[in-house]
Amino acid sequence: MQASGGATSRGAGRIAGAMGSGALFLAVFLACAVEAVEAATIVLAMGTARDWRSAGLGVLGGVGVLAVTVAALGPALTLIPLRSLRLVVGGLLLIFGLQWLRKSILRASGYKALHDEDAIYSKEVAAASAVVVEKRPGVPDWYAFTVSFKGVVLEGLEVAFIVLTFGTNQHDVPLASVAALAAVGVVVAAAVAVRAPLARVPENTLKLVVGVMLTSFGTFWGAEGAGADWPGGDAALPVLVVAVAAFAFALIALLRRRRTLQDDGARRLAPAATS
Amino acid sequence: MTARLRDFAAFWYDFVVGDDWRVATGVALALAVTYVVSRSTSATWWIVPLAVVVLLPYSLWRATRRTEDR
Repeated sequence: MQASGGATSRGAGRIAGAMGSGALFLAVFLACAVEAVEAATIVLAMGTARDWRSAGLGVLGGVGVLAVTVAALGPALTLIPLRSLRLVVGGLLLIFGLQWLRKSILRASGYKALHDEDAIYSKEVAAASAVVVEKRPGVPDWYAFTVSFKGVVLEGLEVAFIVLTFGTNQHDVPLASVAALAAVGVVVAAAVAVRAPLARVPENTLKLVVGVMLTSFGTFWGAEGAGADWPGGDAALPVLVVAVAAFAFALIALLRRRRTLQDDGARRLAPAATS
Repeated sequence: MTARLRDFAAFWYDFVVGDDWRVATGVALALAVTYVVSRSTSATWWIVPLAVVVLLPYSLWRATRRTEDR
């Protein structure tokens, strides 16, 4: 009986572990894809409006900085006791996740403008066209280089953090790295194929999914790092993902309804005000 | 030099804390409460999810109220 219970428990553990790895891959892949789409828009604008070689050098420089950051911080993170790491990392992921969720819910309910890669691209091109070309050693256009470099570093820093922390916490940095590289590969291939901003990518939906994942992982690890025991152990994580997603959708529905009621009220008041 | 340091600090503040400092403070507070209460009982898993249930609608309420006031 005990052996059967142990086998059941091991089976549940394996399923929870597989779901944890799947969730890890999905969270890192989607977070990386969203940030890569945003970085691709900036680089595309610099390459089109200014100089492709300088934009490319900026990308290489940015990727180099991110690679050094991951290579330097990765081994350092493994030296921190797992519980302390989960407390700090869980807290940060939870803050990041709630920020992503907040923005996504505001966008989905109409309280914030949707992220529009076409509009961002046009704005970047207009700004880039107005700047005088300045050469530096090895770089034909310093402006295109620095904007591309900053775009890659700033968009990639959060992803580097997610790759490191998810990978270290789940003891699977290689899987997190593969997920990140796969996302970058898919986005770069798509950007090269269409040679235009990736406006068709459902960025706002992806951000909502990433917000749900980061909030769930952050809640799970943060509470565990602070000393809490989750009922069911690792099996609580998928339950948290479903609960956070349901909560986010309920908030979107609530805010949409409120927005509709306000718009209706404003329309009813408008004729009265003009008469 | 001072301006660069200020920019550097502003970048990290924006990176870590983001748009709403109340959310970051609430998360830190929830984790601290979990840590303290966990010393006497292990049934503290509900504190952080409860913080999420309170903080997210509160932050959204503040954001939508600002939008409506404009």
